[in-house]
Amino acid sequence: MNKKVVIIGGGIAGMEASITLAELGYHATLLEKSHSTGGHVQDWYQLFPNRRPAKEVLTFSELRMEGKVKTINDADIIEIEKNINDFRILLRNGKLVVADAIVVATGFDLFDAHRKEEYGYGIYENVITSADLEKRFSEGKKILTHGGAVPKRIGIIHCVGSRDEKSGNNYCSKVCCVTGVKQAIEIREMLPETEVFCFYMDLRMFGRHFEELYKESQEKWGVNFIRGRLSEANENADGSILLKVEDTLAGKPLKMKVDLLILLAGFVPSGGTKAIGKMLGLPFGDDGFITPKDEHTSTNLTDIQGVFVTGSCTGPKSIQDSIADARAAATQVANYLK
Amino acid sequence: MTFDLFVLPFFLGLIFLLVVLGIKYSRWINALPKADILKIRNGIFSRKFFLSIREIFFESLLHRKMFKQNALSGWMHMSFAFGWFMLIVIGNIESRVYSGRHVNPPYYPIFLKFFVHDRKVLPFEIYTVPGFFRFSMDLMLLLILSGLVLAFIKRQHSKWFGYQRKTKQTEFDRFALTALWFIFPLRLLAESFTAGYYLGGGFLTNSLGWVFSCFLPVEYLAYPAWWAYSIALGAFFVTLPYSRYMHIPTEVLLIFLRNFGIKTEKNFNSFSEIEVNSCPRCGICIDTCQLNTSACIHDTQSIYFLRSVRQNEVKQDVAFDCLLCGRCQEICPVGINLNAIRIAKRKDIQTLTPNSYSYLTPNQPPIVDVVYFAGCMTHLTPSIKKAMTEILDVTGVKYSFLDADGTVCCGRPQMMAGKIDAAQQLMDYNKTLIQKSGAKTLVTSCPICYKVFKEDYNLNIQVLHHTQYLWQLMNENKISLKPSEKTVVYHDPCELGRGSGIYEEPRQIIKSIAGLMSTEHEKADALCCGGSLGNVQINSKQRNAIQKDVLDELQKFHPDTIVTACPLCKKTLAKGSEAKVEDIAEFVCKALQPTANKKIRKEQFKSLTKAELIGLAIEKL
Amino acid sequence: MIDFGYTINTDRQIDYDANDHRMSHFILSREPSYNLCIGCGSCTATCSAGNFTDFNFRKLHLMIKRGEISEVKTKIQKCMFCGKCLLVCPRGVNTRNLILTINCAIDELKL
Repeated sequence: MNKKVVIIGGGIAGMEASITLAELGYHATLLEKSHSTGGHVQDWYQLFPNRRPAKEVLTFSELRMEGKVKTINDADIIEIEKNINDFRILLRNGKLVVADAIVVATGFDLFDAHRKEEYGYGIYENVITSADLEKRFSEGKKILTHGGAVPKRIGIIHCVGSRDEKSGNNYCSKVCCVTGVKQAIEIREMLPETEVFCFYMDLRMFGRHFEELYKESQEKWGVNFIRGRLSEANENADGSILLKVEDTLAGKPLKMKVDLLILLAGFVPSGGTKAIGKMLGLPFGDDGFITPKDEHTSTNLTDIQGVFVTGSCTGPKSIQDSIADARAAATQVANYLK
Repeated sequence: MTFDLFVLPFFLGLIFLLVVLGIKYSRWINALPKADILKIRNGIFSRKFFLSIREIFFESLLHRKMFKQNALSGWMHMSFAFGWFMLIVIGNIESRVYSGRHVNPPYYPIFLKFFVHDRKVLPFEIYTVPGFFRFSMDLMLLLILSGLVLAFIKRQHSKWFGYQRKTKQTEFDRFALTALWFIFPLRLLAESFTAGYYLGGGFLTNSLGWVFSCFLPVEYLAYPAWWAYSIALGAFFVTLPYSRYMHIPTEVLLIFLRNFGIKTEKNFNSFSEIEVNSCPRCGICIDTCQLNTSACIHDTQSIYFLRSVRQNEVKQDVAFDCLLCGRCQEICPVGINLNAIRIAKRKDIQTLTPNSYSYLTPNQPPIVDVVYFAGCMTHLTPSIKKAMTEILDVTGVKYSFLDADGTVCCGRPQMMAGKIDAAQQLMDYNKTLIQKSGAKTLVTSCPICYKVFKEDYNLNIQVLHHTQYLWQLMNENKISLKPSEKTVVYHDPCELGRGSGIYEEPRQIIKSIAGLMSTEHEKADALCCGGSLGNVQINSKQRNAIQKDVLDELQKFHPDTIVTACPLCKKTLAKGSEAKVEDIAEFVCKALQPTANKKIRKEQFKSLTKAELIGLAIEKL
Repeated sequence: MIDFGYTINTDRQIDYDANDHRMSHFILSREPSYNLCIGCGSCTATCSAGNFTDFNFRKLHLMIKRGEISEVKTKIQKCMFCGKCLLVCPRGVNTRNLILTINCAIDELKL
């Protein structure tokens, strides 16, 4: 077949969609805004629930793409024109790409933790995000405080920028809870003398083996869990962080000093999702993500003929969800182009 | 003759009005606190008396303030007020000339044209005495009628007058308004019919009279018209004390008392009653209220609130649904202290359970020269406290961060809710703490705290908002700042701007570092971010609606940074903003010249002994 | 339970059906966001009064929902009305209006 499909967004969902379409015999072109494909998975160290290396999943996709999918990196889309039979996508470098169908896989960004000012990110030295921590793990760096010491106690804060009317995001970002539990285990493995405390409102262990991971974290690794949402963090003179939380299960306020504070930042729709969605005239929900044609039966279709959506651009998803969703989108595209 | 039955409705109405006003005013004045009555005694024989007369002339008659707001509305009100005033004044003089008596019954000048019929005189002979009177009386009548036409159009098409939302009038006010609107057309008819029959009148009434006489039996229509005119007047007078038009005489009383120095303080007393009765229900406060324009709340604006106070039907959820931002107060043409009245009324309807802060016992704080009070909200915006402590460190001044471990609230939020006694307990605690520290200067980074420290704490030390302190430091060269390429917009916090009159210091600080862009609403006209602690009733959706509109305006030309001077504004505006929102302390801290300031510190440190240095270090820990 | 006037014994359980829910209904009718609380505890953690005394807004408000209102009147006097709780609540509960409404309920129900 000589039908052309353009997949916008080179993250894990975009990659899987492009591979599946190529394997079905279409000309698949993957447009990626940054220098390389792989999206956020490039920044992760180990994936939940079984702590396998993220690189393995990436390589799995990358190998299958070779030779089958045409990838254009540094592709900055400035205009998409819809004609009767096809789409014309104009890039900033002047290149024009023609497509019979488009798959939007523009994904998410992480909530900018600077915006949750009372937690001190960017103000206190010993406050970092979960993404910062993953980076340290990936680079093989030791987990130390800003002053270079081994932290005696580490705090992990759930729901940063999610389920929070004050941050403007009422929704749950789904994957942060299990990420927190996973990182707690990783820290305990690396630093057996260090105490780890997770501060949560709920523990959303929704997927297979997630609840078991939580149990393992308590049983095998001694991770502590306190049900209470952090109201504000203060900095002590020595750079350690003083937490003020209510231990709701005990029914009393609790204060605790930690040497390092990790914020589990949630998902927000990416800049690309907002821009491309606007260019194509796709509807957005109150939460800012793209709304597909039907939230149960047609999650990859849109109201625009020939435009399909997949991945986190329609809402927070785990990597497992994204890969499955991408392949589902590809079959919908194939159905359309028959 | 100087009497006819038809004058009775007017005459009796007037007597009724004067009696009611007399009773009300004397009751109100008698009920004033002794200190205020003393102010009246002192004021009557002072310059303030004449200043009041001047203000009455320019505001109550000429409506100068209203003209500045809205020219059409100003003309409309001015034409009625000034025109009617002149009709009475000129009419009185005219009646004395014609009757030859110094004293006439009050109805005589009003109905002069009924009692005195001039022979035909050329209408424009204004250089003769009768001609002059006739001309000016008709001119004033025409002035009033022009205002009436405008008023009628405004009721139908308020948008042409720039009013986005019309006032919702009560039935009674509508009746009073109808009576008022009938008065002058009826006067016109009565005088014209009479002029048409007797061939008298001025340029207006004479011409109209002539026109009417061509096809109407003016001889028989004149008398009923005079009756109607009198009835309209009588009806208006009788309804006046109970309608919005009570503002006409009460405003005059208000101006005198206000100039003598009386104002509404924390309690709702009879002066507040006078203020409430001075509201003309002009409706200008409606369009300026952001609850109306952004949050679709249409029943709590000052005009409706004051009406509910007059009717003794104050509802709690309305009383507490006000941002206390001061925008309506700023724009009110009568200058009523709307915020004070709202708070005083909240005090009246508050609940019975008292607050008890006996759990607070002030300890001895460190003895210092400057005490920094961050305030409750600043703990949720730690970048501000960090910046302030860094700046204070750089200056080398001996200071303590009074509420580092947790603030005892300054008390103003309680005060804004009308809970004065509770606020006083909190204020006593903080005042003790501040006095025990021996500090000569109190610096706070929250405008809400600043206002209450300045106005209600009665501290005998210098109280500064951090913008004032930073500006002082800048002028005394204690800090030096490097320029920045960022484009900046400044948001005036309500409590700092309209609340405390501080507009220039923050702007000058910003201008010395970066380029300051202007916005549509600034300084005294600035918008409220929506975060207000003054409004207890509003829900998060409504606050977000206000915040969004303000943010849209601030970001209209895409500045890099929005600078503000209040932690509550910062927290509220930062939500979903594209530009970076910074407090002015952060903005200054980022611009601090590192080497220059280190030099200053080094100089100061050189003079300390080793023991003193160690002492300082221990203190910091 | 017979009230001997001693306060050492507290009920070992919340007897939901026997409890007085009038306050809860009163508050809900005036302040709809009352229903939104998920009990995260941010309000209690950030509370100004909570730094100096055992005022716990989350617990207070939860107890009202369960009908355990015997201590509300004494406890609520400690609130400084500063507004920090309002600013941190992730669900957008209008905590300050709840305090005001609870005070009104105490008056109305003559507690």
